[in-house]
Amino acid sequence: MSEENKAEIKAENKAENKAAVVFEHVSKAFGPKQVLRDVSFEVPAGQALCILGRSGTGKSVTLKLLISLLKPDQGKIWVDREEVTRMKEAELSKVRRKMGFLFQDAALFDSLTLYENLALPLQRLTNKTLEEIDATVDKVLGQVGLGNDKKKMPGALSGGMRKRAGLARALVLEPKILLADEPSSGLDRITASEIDELLIRQKTEHQTTVIVVTHDVHGARRVGDRFAVFDKGDLVAFGTAAEVEQSENETARKLISEY
Amino acid sequence: MIKLIEFVGKVSQFGFRVIFDLFHPPFEAGQIGRQLAEVGAKSLPLVLASGFALGTVMTFHTRSTMVMFGAGAMIPTVQAIAFFIEIGPLVAALLLAGRVGSGIGAVLANMRATEQIDGIESLSIDSFKFLVVPRVVACVLALPLLTLFMDFSGLAGGFVSEYAASRITLHLYIVRAFAEMAWSNFIPPTLKTAVFGFIIGTVSAFFGYTTNKGAQGVGEAATNSVVVSSLLIILADVVLIKCIFFVFPENAL
Repeated sequence: MSEENKAEIKAENKAENKAAVVFEHVSKAFGPKQVLRDVSFEVPAGQALCILGRSGTGKSVTLKLLISLLKPDQGKIWVDREEVTRMKEAELSKVRRKMGFLFQDAALFDSLTLYENLALPLQRLTNKTLEEIDATVDKVLGQVGLGNDKKKMPGALSGGMRKRAGLARALVLEPKILLADEPSSGLDRITASEIDELLIRQKTEHQTTVIVVTHDVHGARRVGDRFAVFDKGDLVAFGTAAEVEQSENETARKLISEY
Repeated sequence: MIKLIEFVGKVSQFGFRVIFDLFHPPFEAGQIGRQLAEVGAKSLPLVLASGFALGTVMTFHTRSTMVMFGAGAMIPTVQAIAFFIEIGPLVAALLLAGRVGSGIGAVLANMRATEQIDGIESLSIDSFKFLVVPRVVACVLALPLLTLFMDFSGLAGGFVSEYAASRITLHLYIVRAFAEMAWSNFIPPTLKTAVFGFIIGTVSAFFGYTTNKGAQGVGEAATNSVVVSSLLIILADVVLIKCIFFVFPENAL
């Protein structure tokens, strides 16, 4: 069998894979700095993966590669059985609709009210009527406990409220995959716990695949089914909490035990 | 030199993308309306006040010389021609470069720094069409209108100044102001400001949209937007005046 045929069969197998996300030998560098080095992992649909590691080890870059805000230098990325690495913008747009992204600082549009922030993707990407959009926004804001704040501007929200608003915007299109970049950073323990609850509920009630980048090991152990530990651009451990605790890598063992 | 050529290439590419995206759906009518209010309506007080003050000052300066040569009756004519042909378009454009250019540069750079642009992309919305194109279109549409306000507020300032000195009537001032004016003195200089608007919108959006330096990039984008777009406006003015003279040779002295 030729190498070309082997590659084709491999690609078909990936397409039939039930994993929601597949990273295959992905590398990424910014100038001379190698941020990710030959990273491979899979996340089964409906499960939660928590990505742990020190600052600057490529965790947030992994999320941005997933949603194709960045392109890998090498390797392939599969999202919901579609290879996104070489997709054009128009095709990427369709794949991105399956994903919601909670940014580290929520990244709400500060010139729009909370309602408008959530209504914008619904107006642009769905055929919903104004009444349906209103109902959807009210429902999602209610889920995150911001039902009475929809007329507020993002600047008038506290840190915890902004995070919840960012989560609401990420959920408003009912994504199959939810990406969250440090959802509990800068929050007190109680608010962080509320955010964790929302992520768990999203996973269990809606079977959403959740991928969380976090430094909060306590929260990660509540939310995550699997854990990936990055160190200096390498994926040094991957698996369940018990498997990472038994990892040969000392950094991974220390990180997963710090709670 | 290589950096300059590289910069010119990137800005040109950015400008061509604006033109290309402008004619391809979805058309961001809502965003254009929002930006028109931001660029046009909010700049109006500045333009009116500046035009009025400039008109008053210009009459102060020209009056003594004109009267000395027995041409006091020509003061409104000179004022109108000067404002409609050059002062109105150029000053309105430079004012807008300062107020709107810095704003566009700073807002987009801040959106880049706070991941709002990534947020838009993550929602499957083309951030370039959503953020850049409406701002450039708003500048192109608003500047000719603001120029008209600048021209007429300049005449109003000139009238007040002249009235204080000679008690001229408003009717006589208007008659004298437009006695020598032709459509070719009025339409081409006003329409050329659409090009200035394109320069302001494109250059400012370029600096804001493409920055990648966090908070420092916000300040740099605002400063560069004003400096570069002001410089390009003055350079473009030279070229456009030659073009107008070519099309309307009667305008060239």
